[in-house]
Amino acid sequence: MTYNLETAEHPENLRRVSIDPVSRVEGHGKVTLLLDDHNKVHQVRLHIVEFRGFEKFIQGRPYWEVPVAVQRLCGICPVSHHLAASKAMDIIVGARKITPTAEKLRRLMHYGQMLQSHALHFFHLSTPDLLFGFDSEPTRRNIVGIAAAYPDLAKQGILLRKYGQEVIRMTAGKRVHGTGSVPGGVNKALTLAERDELLKDIYQIIGWSRDAVHLIQKIHTQDPGLYNSFGIFRSNFMSLAGNNGDMDFYHGALRARDDDGNIIFDGIDYQEYDRHIAEAVKPWSYMKFPYIRSLGQEEGWYKVGPLARVQNCDQISTPLAEHERREFVDYAGGSPMHAPLANHWTRMIEMLYAAEAIKELLHDDDILGTDLMTSGERQLEGVGVIEAPRGTLFHHYRVNEDDLITMANLIVSTTNNNQAMNEAVRHVAKRYLSGREVTEGLLNHIEVAIRAFDPCLSCATHALGKMPLTVELVDPDGSIVHALSRE
Amino acid sequence: MSDTFTLDGKTISFTEGQTIMQAATDAGVYIPHLCYLPELKPHGSCKLCTVKINGRETSSCTMRAAAGMVVESDTEEINSQRRALIHMLFVEGNHLCPTCEVSGNCKLQATAYHLGFMSPQFDHFFPIRRVDASHPDIWLDFNRCILCSLCVQASRDVDGKNVFGLSGRGIKSRLIVNSKSGKLADTDMAVTDKAAQVCPVGVILKKRTAFKTPIGERTYDKKPISEVPDTPAKER
Repeated sequence: MTYNLETAEHPENLRRVSIDPVSRVEGHGKVTLLLDDHNKVHQVRLHIVEFRGFEKFIQGRPYWEVPVAVQRLCGICPVSHHLAASKAMDIIVGARKITPTAEKLRRLMHYGQMLQSHALHFFHLSTPDLLFGFDSEPTRRNIVGIAAAYPDLAKQGILLRKYGQEVIRMTAGKRVHGTGSVPGGVNKALTLAERDELLKDIYQIIGWSRDAVHLIQKIHTQDPGLYNSFGIFRSNFMSLAGNNGDMDFYHGALRARDDDGNIIFDGIDYQEYDRHIAEAVKPWSYMKFPYIRSLGQEEGWYKVGPLARVQNCDQISTPLAEHERREFVDYAGGSPMHAPLANHWTRMIEMLYAAEAIKELLHDDDILGTDLMTSGERQLEGVGVIEAPRGTLFHHYRVNEDDLITMANLIVSTTNNNQAMNEAVRHVAKRYLSGREVTEGLLNHIEVAIRAFDPCLSCATHALGKMPLTVELVDPDGSIVHALSRE
Repeated sequence: MSDTFTLDGKTISFTEGQTIMQAATDAGVYIPHLCYLPELKPHGSCKLCTVKINGRETSSCTMRAAAGMVVESDTEEINSQRRALIHMLFVEGNHLCPTCEVSGNCKLQATAYHLGFMSPQFDHFFPIRRVDASHPDIWLDFNRCILCSLCVQASRDVDGKNVFGLSGRGIKSRLIVNSKSGKLADTDMAVTDKAAQVCPVGVILKKRTAFKTPIGERTYDKKPISEVPDTPAKER
């Protein structure tokens, strides 16, 4: 399943091209390519250059601090870490089953996050590539260019994101880094006024989400030669699956399929995830490489995220999203679609599902309830897993008798996609760059492949417009022969 | 019989034996402070309540009011000194408000907001301090200690237990637990003790209660500290 471009046989005689940092993704990462004198690609690596250390410095802190502390990993989807940690701490406080009000409020928070994160990625980060073209004029290839050419679309993207942020604010207390979820439940319900405020716009939000699905469906199906093959690689895929195989972002059991769609495992209680998933380390990246134990490191890597989830579930419980899922599955032709760019289509199906799920919850009086927290027999170890916008997110903790954390292991969504992104980048490099003069447009092809996975490379934020891209071609003796920069 | 002095031009009544801080508080005028609590004997250690009386600086929590005093408190000169003090308290400890369970209920944080102190400009010390979670109901996070010594006083004078003490000198001063092991579990401290209620920051904390008050409902979300200066910790 791999393209064998991970390590060149004789790197000493090759030129190095780097894309540093990769732009229009969350966090910092870089891509390095090793080329010979004929520009043939011999090695491609996506490096994660930041080291975060949360697993270490959360040790020695009390368990109730963890859901608030670890969410600081990220400014884009902190709710994922907030909830995954809370779910692990539910186990610690003996609250394997929290109250209906608490679960529905957490779900509402999470769907708000899926909505805002997917909207941000599609409208702000990806439409410039998808609507203008991968090698279009770079000064225009950004959200400002989109706002000028497609003002209604840009506005919808901004308002969709804003709505999701408001859902988070009302459930977590703040748009970013709230405190709503606590071990064993939540600390606040929605007020009637807040519920009514959200109800006012939800039908518009569903409508725009549906339009977004149709937009990306049209873009994809109009150019199948590109969209069905760009950066393609075959792989296993994994996600949580809810009751009856429903798509479920908040809770479920682990399910993995092979590249033909056959079940590898299903119904796995994620408390036992480490019996099924292992992590490998490579010397050139701070990010680990997870794999399915039964298949081994070479064959056991997998992808997560929208493309995996939409094809891993048996159905979606809301009608409009389910209709769009079926359209997608029909288009795929009965076997799993592996094209990375299909992530965009499935991501918008998920955004529509999140919007519909928000609507259903807003009509459920449990979200106004007062039964917010529960607890039971204290435990010393807990695992929390959630489907974050970018894929399956694992939080695993051990807590001592004094209530302090003694061990933390996080496998974040982008880590699960590490090998997958590397494979996509290698395919694109081989297909589009090898043997040709390197241009900004060609290098953007590599970034397009990475962006399809919506990676959060360090689970950190970056400032729009302040990520210059500099590409240098360096001879074996270290002199720069060609340089491109984008301010 | 009451007499009067002026505080920032406002006439303040006082009774015999009252301090400037007590008289100002009774009159509804806020003077920033961290180591003063009405129910404990004032000791003037944090210096945040420093005012100018007839041109001379002194701690308002320990200075008795006298008729005809001209007291200045809310001036740019004095507030600038208070900001510097707050500044030093923040950089000398490890005050990580974003993940602190006392955020929104913390007097240090609320006083900083009151004084318009938003971010430090001195280098942080990042001292290595420990956590003591040995007690079944209370945990201690020494990272946040500002050495106000209210817990020392409350434990000794109110609880009669002498659980806490200050050790060391100058920059090496630190809060300690008076037990052979140095652990709180080896003292007779109880969660209902006065010493467990007086910490103005996030050192002495009741276990398993964190983050149960939502953002918007915490003490200083609702009112600035100038309006609720001495809310007991258990209500914060």
